[in-house]
Amino acid sequence: MLVQILFYLFGAFLVASALGVIVARNPVHSALALVLCFVTSAAIWLLLEAEFLAVVLVLVYVGAVMVLFLFVVMMLDIDLAELRSGFTRYAWLGWITAGVVIVEIVGVVTARNLGVDVTRGTVPLPEDYSNTAELGNVLYTRFAYPFELAAMLLLVAIIAAIALTMRRRPGLKVQDVAKQVAVRREERVRIVKMDPEKRP
Amino acid sequence: MLDSISSLWFGLPDYARSTAWILLITVSIIICVALLTLWERKVIGWMQLRRGPNRVRIFGLLPGLGQPFADVIKLLMKEVVVPANANKFLFRIAPIIALVPAFATWAVIPLSPELVVADIDAGLLYVLALTSMGVYGIILAGWSANSKYAFLGAMRSAAQIVAYEIAMGFALVGVLMAAGSLNLGKIVLQQQGGPLAWNWFWLFPLFVVYFISGVAETNRAPFDVAEGESEIVAGFHVEYSGIAFAIFFLAEYANMILISALTSVMFLGGWLSPFEGYPIIGDTFLAKPSFFWLGLKIFVFLFLFLWFRATFPRYRYDQIMRLGWKALIPVTLVWIAVEGLMAHFRIGPWSS
Repeated sequence: MLVQILFYLFGAFLVASALGVIVARNPVHSALALVLCFVTSAAIWLLLEAEFLAVVLVLVYVGAVMVLFLFVVMMLDIDLAELRSGFTRYAWLGWITAGVVIVEIVGVVTARNLGVDVTRGTVPLPEDYSNTAELGNVLYTRFAYPFELAAMLLLVAIIAAIALTMRRRPGLKVQDVAKQVAVRREERVRIVKMDPEKRP
Repeated sequence: MLDSISSLWFGLPDYARSTAWILLITVSIIICVALLTLWERKVIGWMQLRRGPNRVRIFGLLPGLGQPFADVIKLLMKEVVVPANANKFLFRIAPIIALVPAFATWAVIPLSPELVVADIDAGLLYVLALTSMGVYGIILAGWSANSKYAFLGAMRSAAQIVAYEIAMGFALVGVLMAAGSLNLGKIVLQQQGGPLAWNWFWLFPLFVVYFISGVAETNRAPFDVAEGESEIVAGFHVEYSGIAFAIFFLAEYANMILISALTSVMFLGGWLSPFEGYPIIGDTFLAKPSFFWLGLKIFVFLFLFLWFRATFPRYRYDQIMRLGWKALIPVTLVWIAVEGLMAHFRIGPWSS
């Protein structure tokens, strides 16, 4: 009972914050609503006894990705009037996407009534069940190769992103740290011996 | 008398007992922060051959003891000025966002063999997730104040925290490998067997990296470019005054205590006694694990924080980035590989 109340509470928050992401005028407010969105979905995952996914969602998306997102969004100088000028031109694309998503959600929700119950319901798990350990076991044994493949893919993406934005500009001044560290006093300081006062 | 109190205590329902513990821990952290500010000023004073605060007394005792309380009362009396073009809602909520994770993380920290508020299995992940949320308070404070200096401070802090969090996470991966569990209580228990069995010995590079990243994460000197008073006035909290500023201050010091506690738990055996198993001491108080040892270890790390501040000049921004990305992260990566070898050949924590 309490779980259901909590689920609907978090669900309402989730929907409200998701709406906030798209209706907020200020892009920073949108990003913050997205943060709230992630946190509430983490809470819903906790209710589903998937604590590893919940905590990692907060750790990765809230703690790292959204910080960088905010970092970029805050630096942008966005002209809202200009952004809105092309809004209606792409509206049809939005409507089609929304329609497809609604059909899919209805399909998933009504699937149980049609006799094809794919989720098999949720059975409360035993007390000593550790979601984290289970995931680790499966990920590093049965799905080891797909896991490594995904990691390689991410690595390639990182390198590609760096390669795309790296430009060798002529005349660029960079510091050579090794050189800076290796500097000795004699190269920089010249001690001049002179008399305390000028001779007349 | 004592019996009736303990029967009353154990007669309480679970939620009432944990609420009582939460209140007790929160209040004691706040008092610790107050005393820590005084201790900091005293220690730095002595290091610079000054006396530090020595005027305000409580009940005529110990000159200076009343100083933090006098400061708090002063800040409470002052007006909280909200800048004209600030985003008022975010401006007011930012200090609270900075403060909450610093307190909430204490829920999973094992304070003594018996006492931990929430003994959860994914404790280490919970710690990482919450400490990574503290940065929002700083970023939002810097942005919402609508001030260039505050904004610069927020940007610096965001880049710095993202960089050092990775090193911190990797250092904790090493601890996780040694303990084989994410539960902080089990991490402490795994380190049993005297000071050389504690994690700091076999994971020494990770221990150093973790503490350095912790200092960077709390924006303390020498990594305090987010405040950088000689460059950007006071960084992200330039526009804050009165009690709103005091809350940022509280969050920073609470985070210092938290990082010290986490370092003690992960690398110095938490509540374990350093004299465990010495026949001379036998079965006395010194040999028993208790909160006393955790408190002592936390105190040592807090002293290190203050010592750093009194000793090191501030890093330049690009030096901070270089240290984080090019020194600390590679060190952790190498040591995790070394740990893999140690686990394979059954050395150190893996020998049993």
